[in-house]
Amino acid sequence: MVDRIFRALARIGVALILALVFALVFEVGRKALPGMEKHGFDVLFGTVWDVNQGKYGILPAIWGTLYSAFIALVIAGFFGVSMAIFLTQDFLPAKLAAVFRTIVELLAAIPSVVYGLWGIYVVIPAIRPLTAWLNSELGWIPFFGTSLSGPGLLPAALVLAIMILPTVAAVSQDALTSVPMKTKQAAYGLGTTHWEAILKVMVPSAATGIFGSLVLGLGRALGETMALAMLVGNANTITVSLFAPANTLAALLALNFPEAGPNEVEVLMYAALVLMFITLLVNVLGSLLMLYAQRGNK
Amino acid sequence: MTDLSKPATALPSLQRRFEGRALRSIILTTLAWVTALLASVPLISVLWMLITKGGARLNLEVFTELPPTGFEMGGGFGNAMAGTFVMVGIAAAIAVPVGILAAVFLAELGPDSKLANASRFAAKMLTGLPSILAGVFAYALVVMTTGTYSAPAGGVALAVLMLPIVVLTAEEAMKMVPKIMKDAAYGMGCTRAQVIMKIVLPTGMPAILTGVMLAVARAAGETAPLLFTALFSNYWIYHEGSLEVMNPTASLAVLIYNFSGMPFDNQLELAWAASLVLVMIVLLVNIVSRIFGKPKY
Repeated sequence: MVDRIFRALARIGVALILALVFALVFEVGRKALPGMEKHGFDVLFGTVWDVNQGKYGILPAIWGTLYSAFIALVIAGFFGVSMAIFLTQDFLPAKLAAVFRTIVELLAAIPSVVYGLWGIYVVIPAIRPLTAWLNSELGWIPFFGTSLSGPGLLPAALVLAIMILPTVAAVSQDALTSVPMKTKQAAYGLGTTHWEAILKVMVPSAATGIFGSLVLGLGRALGETMALAMLVGNANTITVSLFAPANTLAALLALNFPEAGPNEVEVLMYAALVLMFITLLVNVLGSLLMLYAQRGNK
Repeated sequence: MTDLSKPATALPSLQRRFEGRALRSIILTTLAWVTALLASVPLISVLWMLITKGGARLNLEVFTELPPTGFEMGGGFGNAMAGTFVMVGIAAAIAVPVGILAAVFLAELGPDSKLANASRFAAKMLTGLPSILAGVFAYALVVMTTGTYSAPAGGVALAVLMLPIVVLTAEEAMKMVPKIMKDAAYGMGCTRAQVIMKIVLPTGMPAILTGVMLAVARAAGETAPLLFTALFSNYWIYHEGSLEVMNPTASLAVLIYNFSGMPFDNQLELAWAASLVLVMIVLLVNIVSRIFGKPKY
């Protein structure tokens, strides 16, 4: 009898997780429906967000989400994968490697709002001289087209990169350590140098896992809110300039939700649904890649 | 027998000619060191700022007083700490029992059933859920239904974020329990429920608690889900003898966010002090769970 009740309870617990995912999509979708019916695709392709005129366009926010996440991924990808190689390929004694590993893991433990605060008062002042120089000397390149007047894409993307670095580094490390020892020994046996073995044998062998780590990092970057709400500048413009203020979907939600009226809430729910769809797509892709990588090693 | 784990450059070469590829190895190794050191800069810089800026303002007052308004001097964030504590408590009260029960099913009762595979996938997807969407969900479910920003709304949002962490770590913890121990219990005539209650859960408990602590640490630092579910409040949640949970509730994280953009030095100092407190809590939980969470079998 106790046995049966216990099993039923556990089954309910599991079912609740599934129910939660369905409820998430259903609740947000239901509340977004009126907004979708009223505005249709105008929201997705509109570029103006003006509550007083009833104009709700999230295209700049979608662009900003993808662009900032992409820049962050390039930076975090370089540092994360280098770090993973550095920590797994016999560069350091085990104890020193553990220290570096802890440093990277602790980066993940710091709350994003603290990164936001740090970004405003440390990162922005620190990069301002460099951005001013780039803008004045190389301003003809679209990436450096405007000057950094405070918040903007680059500081936001830099902080974002720091936040996703632990994900990229940890998952890449797993991918690299799961390559069989024999593979590396075979490479040395052929007379490769340490780095030739890493770049031509180890990294390609772990490629699926490393790629998976990048996709998972991208998923995190797309959905990160606080650092962006505090650093990206919240300007509803579509720009390629790294120093211009921009907006992202998550920041749009964070800034407009607290004071939104019923009409605006409908559209914000719509925007939330778009964000959910984008991150879900990226995360499913990442998880499938990881599964594929694990199978490949067996 | 030659040691194959050593790179070829370590072997004695007959020619003394300096090879280009050896030079490339040296350059790449230097580069790897530089990137690793550069990657450590942010953490050191964050901690340095917290200790110098936040530490300067940290005193007993900040834990007991209410946030200052406008040009007011002094003040603290006592109500925000209380609010964070209450909301994380609500979230844990929802997420921990559900999470552990679900993990029991995933690890012991039906690890390969369709239900288990679907739920495991769902939990993995939930770990990647942007935290702001948990807030949107709680807004749609609780705030719009009850018509007010409240502590339970914030708690529900945090619970959504805690649940997958608890489930996945607790499942791993229970799977680590040696099969011999379970077989011995079955051999003595225990039922499945008895084996789980008396063997699997107690043995896996340190690792399960680690997962719970990590989930609590993550929830304590979350801001985005609380922005428009709990909002913020300048008053104590405990007011004239009663807990007023159905009102906007302050939290440390939202206080930092609100104060970070203010043009007043006093508020800014408090934001740094609150950040220091928040990071100390989170790091402490992380370190404690690392030390005590190691499985003993």
